[in-house]
Amino acid sequence: MLKTGRMSPRDVLRTGASGLRTRPLRVFLSALGIAIGIAAMIGVVGISTSSHAELQRTLDRLGTNLLTAAPGQTFTGAEAKLPKSTVDMVRRIGPVESAASTGDVDGYVYRNDRIPPAETGSINVKAADLGLLATTGTQLARGSWLNKATARYPAVVLGTGAADRLGIGSIESDTRVWLGGTWFTLVGILDKSALAPELDDSALVGWGAAERILGFDGHPTKIYTRTVESAVEEVRDVLAATANPQAPTEVKVSRPSDALAAKNATDKAFTGLMLGLGAVALLVGGVGVANTMVISVLERRAEIGLRRSLGARRNQIRTQFLVESQLLAGLGGIGGVLLGIAVTAAYALSQGWPVSVPVWAIAGGFGATLSIGALAGLYPAVRASQLPPTEALGAA
Amino acid sequence: MNRPVVRLDNVTRSYGETTALAGVSLTFHRGELAAIVGPSGSGKSTMLNLIGTLDRPTSGTVEIDGHDIATLGDQELSALRAMTIGFVFQQFHLAAGLSALDNVAEGLLYTGTPLAERRRAARSALERVDLARRIYHRPNELSGGERQRVAIARALVGSPRLLLADEPTGALDSRSGDTVMALLRALHADGTTVVIITHDREVAASLPRQVQVRDGRIVHDSSRDRVPAC
Repeated sequence: MLKTGRMSPRDVLRTGASGLRTRPLRVFLSALGIAIGIAAMIGVVGISTSSHAELQRTLDRLGTNLLTAAPGQTFTGAEAKLPKSTVDMVRRIGPVESAASTGDVDGYVYRNDRIPPAETGSINVKAADLGLLATTGTQLARGSWLNKATARYPAVVLGTGAADRLGIGSIESDTRVWLGGTWFTLVGILDKSALAPELDDSALVGWGAAERILGFDGHPTKIYTRTVESAVEEVRDVLAATANPQAPTEVKVSRPSDALAAKNATDKAFTGLMLGLGAVALLVGGVGVANTMVISVLERRAEIGLRRSLGARRNQIRTQFLVESQLLAGLGGIGGVLLGIAVTAAYALSQGWPVSVPVWAIAGGFGATLSIGALAGLYPAVRASQLPPTEALGAA
Repeated sequence: MNRPVVRLDNVTRSYGETTALAGVSLTFHRGELAAIVGPSGSGKSTMLNLIGTLDRPTSGTVEIDGHDIATLGDQELSALRAMTIGFVFQQFHLAAGLSALDNVAEGLLYTGTPLAERRRAARSALERVDLARRIYHRPNELSGGERQRVAIARALVGSPRLLLADEPTGALDSRSGDTVMALLRALHADGTTVVIITHDREVAASLPRQVQVRDGRIVHDSSRDRVPAC
C-alpha cells in the first residue's frame, strides 16, 4: 500500500537536467573538457582515414601494376650495369604490357652558359625511352614529350622540380638550357610523378641524342614496366632474371605503389600516438566531470534534502545525479564529435583529400562519453543518495 | 474517527553521548492544529525530523498515519513522505530556475504523477494560497511571504494528511508572517492536520494546542490540562 508510481523516463531526464540549467558556465566548461578529448580522437581517426582514402584514390588512378628494375651492386661492391638489351627482353615476358627505361647520363644542366659549373641544382640528366611517360603514368604540365625526331637532336624535357630549380615557368620557342656543354631546346615540362618521383628532379633527353652528343654508354639504369594486374607477383619473380640473365642478383626490383602504401603504414604509428594523446585528454575531461559532480553534490545538499522530504527514494537521488553526469558528458560528446568532424573536414579539404570519418569512430566516441559520464557520476551519485535527509536539510 | 496521525511512544534520540530527545510520548489526532514550541537546542527540530520520518529514533516507537516507521524500508518511508506528509521549511527551499508553478508541481514528482496532471494540481494549489496571478514568476521575482506561500502550496499539492511547518514565519517580517499563519489556519479549517515547530511563543500562543519542549522533554502540553479556565 505504501508504494508510489515510477517516474516516467521523461521526468527522470527533466530532473537530471534541472541541475545543469542553473549553472550554464560550469556545464559548458566541464563539457568542453570532454569535447576536446573526443574531438582530438575523432580528428585523428578522421584525418588518418581521409589520408588513407586519398591514397586509395591515388593508387586507383595510378595503378599498382608498375614494377621497376635497377642495377644494384656486384659481388665485389662495384656498381652493376644492366645489359643494353634489357628493355627488349623485359617486353618479352608474357604479362608485361609495356616497358620503358631511363639511363643516367654524365653531365649537368644549367639555365645558361654563364652559371658557375658548381651550381648543378642537383638535377640528373637521364636518357629516356619514348614510352616512359605512358608506362610511369606521368603527365605533361606544358609543352610536348620527345618524339622520334626530337629524340635524336638536342631537345630536353624537364621534371617539375628541375624546371623550378632552373627558374623556368613557361616554354617559348627559343627557350634553351645549357646541358653537358651544349644548348638544348626545351620542349616540355612534366607534372609531378607519383610513382616515379625520381623523374621530378631530372632533365630527360632522347636516347639517340644522349649517345651522340653526351657520350652516353647506352646502358639503362632503371626499367619501368606495366604488367597485367593479376600477374604482378609472377612478373616480379622473373623480372631480375630477365633483366640481367647473367647476374640476376645484381638487379633491384621494386614496386613503387608499395612505397606509397608503406608511407601510409608509418603514419599509422603516429596515428596511434595521437589517439593515445586524445584518450588522455578524454580522461582529463572525465576527471573534470567527476570534479564538477562532486562539487555539485556538496553544494546541493539542501536540494537533496528537500527532494528526500518530497518523497524521493535513495535510488531516485542516485539516478538523478547519474543522469546529470551523463548528460554533462553527453553534451561534451556531441560537441566533440561535431568539432572532430569539422577539424577533419577542414584539414582534408585543405589537402584536397576526400573527407572520411568512420561511423564506428563517431559511435565509439559518443559511447565512450556515456561510459565516462557514468563512471564520473557514480561516486558523487552514491554519496548524494546516502546523505541523511536531516543532515542535508541542516546544511542550508 | 480519531485515529492518531502522529504517535510518539517513549521516543529517545541520541547522537553519541548527547541525548536530543529523552523518552517523549506525544499524539496528534486528525484535524489538529498544534505548535511544538521551545528554545533552540530544546529538541524540537529532532521531533520534527522524527515526525517527518527524515530520521529514526534510537529507541521507542514512531507511528505516522498508523505505520510504525521502524518496520518501513527506504522505499516505503519515501512513499509515506510523498503521499502523507507535507513539509514547509524556514528557508523555503525553492528551486531558483523554476517558476512558481513548476516548483509546486515538484511536490508531486515522486508520486509518479504525469507532468500535465502535476501542473494542473499545482495551479489549483497556488489558487488556494492566493498566488494564482504569480504562477509563472520565479522565486527571485517574489517577496519572502510569497515564496513561503509557494512552499506551502508545494507541501499541500499532494493533499497530505499531515502538514509539518518548521519555523514557517522565521524568515519573514511580521506582516508576511501573519499572512502565512492565516493561511495555515485556513488549511487546518479545511481538515488538514497542521503541526508548526517554532521558538516564537507568540506564534505558539495563537494556536489551539501548544507542546512545550525543553532539554529533550515535554515540559508542558496544553491538551493535558484541558481544565476549564478559572
